[in-house]
Amino acid sequence: MADPEKFRAETRAWLEANCPPEMRKPVVSDADVFWGGRNTTFSSEAQRVWFERMRDKGWTVPDWPKEYGGGGLDLEETKILRQEMSAISARLPLSSFGIWMLGPALLKYGTDAQKREHLPKIAAGLIRWCQGYSEPNAGSDLASLQTRADIDGDDYIINGQKIWTSMANFADWIFCLVRTDFSAKKHDGISFILFDMASKGVSTKPILLISGKSPFCETFFDNVRVPRSHVVGTVNRGWDVAKYLLQHERSMISEVGERRGARPLGQVAANSVGTDEQGRLDDPMLRGQIAAFDIDEAAMACAAERAVDLAKAGQGHPAYSSALKYYGTELNKRRHEILMSSGGIDALEWESPRSREGLAARTWLRTKANSIEGGTSEVMLGIVAKRILDLPGA
Amino acid sequence: MALVLNEEQTMLRDSARGLISDKAPVAHLRKLRDTKDADGFSRDLWKTFAEMGFAGLLVPEEFGGSGLGAVEAGVVMEEIGRTLMPSPFLSTGVVAATALSRGGSAAQKSEYLTRLAKGDLIASLAVDEGAKHRPNKTAMQAVRSGNGFRLNGAKALVVDGHVSDLLIVAARSAGKPGERDGLTLFLVNPGSKGIAIERTAMVDAHNAARIVFNDVEVTADSVLGEVDQGGALLDGVLNVGRAAVAAEMVGLSDEAFTRTVTYLKERKQFGKLIGEFQGLQHRAAHLYTEIEIAKAATLKALQVLDTDFDNAGAAVAVAKAKAGSVATLAVQEAVQMHGGVGMTDAFDIGFFMKRARVCQELFGDSAFHAEQLAELKGY
Repeated sequence: MADPEKFRAETRAWLEANCPPEMRKPVVSDADVFWGGRNTTFSSEAQRVWFERMRDKGWTVPDWPKEYGGGGLDLEETKILRQEMSAISARLPLSSFGIWMLGPALLKYGTDAQKREHLPKIAAGLIRWCQGYSEPNAGSDLASLQTRADIDGDDYIINGQKIWTSMANFADWIFCLVRTDFSAKKHDGISFILFDMASKGVSTKPILLISGKSPFCETFFDNVRVPRSHVVGTVNRGWDVAKYLLQHERSMISEVGERRGARPLGQVAANSVGTDEQGRLDDPMLRGQIAAFDIDEAAMACAAERAVDLAKAGQGHPAYSSALKYYGTELNKRRHEILMSSGGIDALEWESPRSREGLAARTWLRTKANSIEGGTSEVMLGIVAKRILDLPGA
Repeated sequence: MALVLNEEQTMLRDSARGLISDKAPVAHLRKLRDTKDADGFSRDLWKTFAEMGFAGLLVPEEFGGSGLGAVEAGVVMEEIGRTLMPSPFLSTGVVAATALSRGGSAAQKSEYLTRLAKGDLIASLAVDEGAKHRPNKTAMQAVRSGNGFRLNGAKALVVDGHVSDLLIVAARSAGKPGERDGLTLFLVNPGSKGIAIERTAMVDAHNAARIVFNDVEVTADSVLGEVDQGGALLDGVLNVGRAAVAAEMVGLSDEAFTRTVTYLKERKQFGKLIGEFQGLQHRAAHLYTEIEIAKAATLKALQVLDTDFDNAGAAVAVAKAKAGSVATLAVQEAVQMHGGVGMTDAFDIGFFMKRARVCQELFGDSAFHAEQLAELKGY
């Protein structure tokens, strides 16, 4: 990049002129997040304007090539854009599993035709994707999956069941792991395939969680017909694509520093608990917990930043994202324990306008999945032990 | 600025590592301890250190130094942490060099910094008085007397205090203990009348002293910086020292961890390498993650000290607190995973545990720095 400071100044000015004030406030409800897709609607005019301006700039996917609807920015420019967005607490213009997970995998493993077909629609928020990985008997041991794809002429016929498919009931397409060879060793007979959720034989059912919400679904495939050309990468080598995608998913989950506009814990607690004569939080133990948390969170943000810089300098390790995923999710759970503690009895109200229908409590409960989804903490630690530390296999 | 070392910094690290691992492995510290060496460090090695430009790393070029920054000092400290090499680098090359460069008059700089860069002057900061690091609670009195001041009080944990040629002493010329205002820094000759120095053999076999000042006369020329306004200078100097100690803790954590992982791959129990046990694998992976995070936070603090010195407080607090708690974990896990052998004096790992304990306390422990961050964030 020619001149980082010039790019920073231009970006700052553009964001200042183009990000509506309503889009610089913390996300408090589901309606504040725009996911795109065939059946989408904007919850406000500001949300629409912000999305369209960012899309036109290629900044829903700033680091993708321009030919696929991206901004064509390099890593340094992308980092600057994110910093500048953070500085004004700008919301993401578009949230999307297509951006965070499928896109990077398609860029690496997709055919030209697949890239041209799918990437621009992801960038423009036209198609909303879901991930078909886990099955009832293939969670942490993902490679045990049994959903089958049998060849029938130019098509595969897919049968089986997926579980924990995030927001499958809203998704237009699915990226899915299926078994295409039952005789091979378990990692070697899996393929990575894309298909339309509107295909005949696909059905979904939301799963009610302890948070009282249903972000996840069970998804069923009953003789779903999918063209063989929809396989990404080599047939039976889908595990490589899946692993690459998981790295991106884990980086995404670990990005605790990206909690845009979240109010500092100390301030949240002071509003709820009150302060003493010196202006200090009127609960010394809670204050200590928050301070210790703030140390860890700030240090973690440095590590996330360093991970990008290490990758850029060619010193990164592919399994590094597993370490950060582990740490970031455990940290996020701790954050919400402290938030519940800060809220005290007020945070316990499940159905009241005062508690925004139990927002704090529901979010707290939701975070308990952080260290399970995208690979459990134990799986992450196992990956670090084997792939980074090279400890002997059990 | 990218959170990775640049080419020059990498070269500096390699040359420091080469020298330190060759001339001062843990056996070097062990020997100094076992022989009850009068100095507690090797003057020859310190001379070599100076010849390679390390002593004057932070000294401006006009006074014979390299004029480098906190990141470079941290690079050297991390290597020192790997072998626990005892040397006046922290007290003199980092803390005193910063104090003199930032607070010194033209005369003070030319008198002391040139000698310091050559390795001919050892200098120590005397700040702590109670059991815990509380610079604002400094009680030592500096009372105006004639043209100068008279110092009365006592200092503890004066690093390299018993081999120092120059003491940089924080004393109270105004205000009450607990107040930040009213502090003044003095340059004091340790041979002055009224000074009693006691070498305190420390748990980690590194050098420190307790020093009592009884009606010690100093002239007005010995004031470093402004009278009554030494608090800000002291803070800045301490911040450089804190980040440097954080870097040392990152080095010692990394080394203790590397030795532990090697052991997990060699030691057999129940007919298996103990590194095959998931219970130990997960603990090792957790520790790896913690060390990487401490590394990142420490490099960040060092960079902020170089780019925005006056606003580095929060980044330094994060680094010192995080590196401190991670070092504590790293040495505890190292001893535990080494089992019984880790408890023996003949085995080196205990030296890391002892040094980590001292580094925790030095310039404020993790709780002190969490408190600092809470203050800065206003809750």
